[in-house]
Amino acid sequence: MARKSKYDVVVIGSGPGGLAAAISAKKNGAEDVLIIERDLELGGILQQCIHNGFGLEVLKKDLPGPAYAQLYINEALALGVETLLDTMVLDVSPRRRIYATNKRDGVLDLEAHAIVLAMGCRERTRAQVRLPGTRPAGVYTAGTAQRWVNVEGYMPGKRFVILGSGDIGMIMARRLTFEGAKVERVLEVMPFLTGLMRNYVQCLMDYDIPLQLRHTVKRILGKDRVEAVESVQVDEHWNPIAGTEEIIPCDTLLLSVGLIPENELSRKAGVSLDPITGGPFVNNEFQTSVPGIFSAGNVVHVYDLVDWVTEAGLLAGKSAAAFAQRERESEIRHLPLLPGENVRYVIPHRVDKESLATGDVRLQMRVKQPIEAPVWVEVRSGEKLITRKGEPYVRPGEMVTLVLPSKVYDEVRQARELSLAVVGR
Amino acid sequence: MNDPYDVIIIGAGVVGCMVARALSRYQLRILLFEKEADIGMGASSANTAIVHAGYDPLPGTLKARMNVAANPMWDNLSGELNFPFERRGDYVVAIGPFELLKLDRLLDQGRRNGVPGMHLITGEEMRHREPNINPAVSGALWAPTGGLCDPFMVTVATAENAVQNGVQVLTSTAFMDFILDDHARIIGVKTTRGDFPCRWAVNAAGLYSDDVMHRAGVRPEFSITPRRGEYMVLDKAEITINNVLFPVPSEVSKGILVTASLHGNPLCGPTANDIPDKDDRATTSEGLEEIRQGALKMIPSLNLRHLIAMFSGLRANGNAPCETPGVEYNHDFIIEIPASPRGLVNLGGIESPGLTASPAIAQRVVELLKDAGEPLREKPGWDPIRPPRPRFCHLSREEQALLIARDPRYARVICRCELVTEGEIVAEINAPIPARTYDAIKRRTWLGTGRCLGGFDMPRVVEILAREQGISPLEVTKKGEGSGFLVRKTKLVEG
Repeated sequence: MARKSKYDVVVIGSGPGGLAAAISAKKNGAEDVLIIERDLELGGILQQCIHNGFGLEVLKKDLPGPAYAQLYINEALALGVETLLDTMVLDVSPRRRIYATNKRDGVLDLEAHAIVLAMGCRERTRAQVRLPGTRPAGVYTAGTAQRWVNVEGYMPGKRFVILGSGDIGMIMARRLTFEGAKVERVLEVMPFLTGLMRNYVQCLMDYDIPLQLRHTVKRILGKDRVEAVESVQVDEHWNPIAGTEEIIPCDTLLLSVGLIPENELSRKAGVSLDPITGGPFVNNEFQTSVPGIFSAGNVVHVYDLVDWVTEAGLLAGKSAAAFAQRERESEIRHLPLLPGENVRYVIPHRVDKESLATGDVRLQMRVKQPIEAPVWVEVRSGEKLITRKGEPYVRPGEMVTLVLPSKVYDEVRQARELSLAVVGR
Repeated sequence: MNDPYDVIIIGAGVVGCMVARALSRYQLRILLFEKEADIGMGASSANTAIVHAGYDPLPGTLKARMNVAANPMWDNLSGELNFPFERRGDYVVAIGPFELLKLDRLLDQGRRNGVPGMHLITGEEMRHREPNINPAVSGALWAPTGGLCDPFMVTVATAENAVQNGVQVLTSTAFMDFILDDHARIIGVKTTRGDFPCRWAVNAAGLYSDDVMHRAGVRPEFSITPRRGEYMVLDKAEITINNVLFPVPSEVSKGILVTASLHGNPLCGPTANDIPDKDDRATTSEGLEEIRQGALKMIPSLNLRHLIAMFSGLRANGNAPCETPGVEYNHDFIIEIPASPRGLVNLGGIESPGLTASPAIAQRVVELLKDAGEPLREKPGWDPIRPPRPRFCHLSREEQALLIARDPRYARVICRCELVTEGEIVAEINAPIPARTYDAIKRRTWLGTGRCLGGFDMPRVVEILAREQGISPLEVTKKGEGSGFLVRKTKLVEG
């Protein structure tokens, strides 16, 4: 549950990038940090990656995904990072307002001094690799199948063909084999492996699952459920070579054909995106083109090791904390001027305290009600009178001008806000 | 034996649903049945979603008459039934000098059909109206009465309104045969769910309307050759196409057009290929290449890397000759009550502009029944209004907050790209025509049609469908029997 409407740093997404960013923001002086996660628990996609191989570079440990995530979840919670789970962010504005919904709170409208975008990435689909044929059940991305098997406990098929030699596809080939399914083969259109060599050895070779390079799926067959796929060899220009077609009977086609940074929210926030990576343009602090909006992990570009995502998150979180601190300081320095008794509005809305050090500040205001008798126009900080000016009368149609003199600098420096009132003399 | 129906409608595509709704106005007991797991799964679910102005069909044909009669009905229809419809108008765009000549012929044809408001515009004007257009555009025909609809919701809303007014609907029920008495009169329909006695049967079987009429011994020479149309849907974030842009038509089809769905995605297609199999809705690499070329001819800057879906539909392309003397045309609609057997309303060969024409076809069926002596008495309290269900993404923030306060399930977003909530999914499962499959929910809510193509929502929707229907996730299907998502539990869960 969000306890406040304004946070120092809000992190969107709680995968490895988001968790690291939240931890780092907190450790680097952010006062309050909130993570918003769309799933029921923290950890992002790591929670469905039950295989090992996480943490070798940074932690010098070989952990399964959920264990890796848990280390960072524990640290974040111990540091007092707040979380909102099962919550979808619908909009982020360039002024760092966040609009989100969940079942408990309904609509949430939050403000942040700094935001870290850590939405991760999504899988490329059948359409993006232009896979023709029928549209039966049984065509899934490898990650969707992974969620079904590892999180929900269901098998999405019995006999699989996997298109793409990405890491998730190879890892799923092994996982499905453990579960008693038959993985007929892995097809890769490129003349080389696109995932890690260690996954090829540990997930395919060790289980005698054939990998065919320079091969792709020409079409999908089957009306209601996948019945087969037709594979074909391609030449160096990715054109199918006639006569190499082969019908491979199967009930499921898994797609492991690449990942794309997920930047729907970044677009809404006005963040410029690099057409090559699909992620935001960032500086060395992982700040995007929009000041105060940072990004970390696969939302920027697709990493091959979680360790580097964590490192990116740590840096983005630190940068966000520093930005938030500057915003906080600026807010303290800029004193709100609030309309009090019989005052409709005051211009300016805020006064930079430091500008009083070098000169007077002129205030202009209008009253709500006419008073046809002498009045005081008073500026107060709480109960304390800062300055006042006498007027013979006030009328809504006639603007009142008042000077906040430089000499009140020392008193004003201590104030948190100033109010203006028009009272009888 | 069941109680007899006054009217049984075979096939719940848009035509069957429109007929059911039109007849629900009268004091009749009506059954509408459908062989698939959901209504509107045939041509009604895979088409260009255009309400045609009516300049395409040959003057004098039933196609032309029905198209032009139906077009003005759509505003009122969408108001009553609350489905998305916009009268944006459409263009036939000529590229280069030679195509320009064909526009005059189309304009003349449109005027003879009685299409209002059409005129030619210059290439310069066209470039101004659609800045992304091929700069070689030489002119265009503008038809302001063309429109766009959401064909899924047209069918669903029409059927729901029929149900509100007493029509019974059965899905997963296939036609087997007619039951005739000794006087060659239809007295019932045999289905895979048993025999249903009736006084009238309406053949609205779309692609299978030839098979159905042959069962009654009607028009043995009539046959339908499925004409497949493949389409590409592009990412809405990449380019905005606001106009409906037809190329100049060829002999067989209207050609590859570029349009937008009412959800904002550019839509390109369709191809037109005659195929032997009425079940073969596959897409092909050749088809996609044809669409690519056609689309780029219209909009050269269209980036087809941003493809988010491919699909195909089958047109019920028939061979019925036009009955107007002097009109040479062999692909006309059939809308008739044959002399024998009695009790049959026969609709056949309803291909494009069938979606557009459907409300006029339904009206024509009512007239034919009246002419046949059927005493159609109006039903007191007939309600033409189908109340809409809330669409979270179309609401203002204040309305969103109110809706969530009433039902917190509207706060749980299930489809990230298209912004569809659990509340909307549950509402569709519990609607008058229940959405029982993943695709049924997809057609009604547009869920899973965005960039991730359902990768995120699919496991969640399967879970909701199982929970709401009180079934196991293993029983949840994509589109009916045989299309389950999952095959068994994992070993650990089973152990």
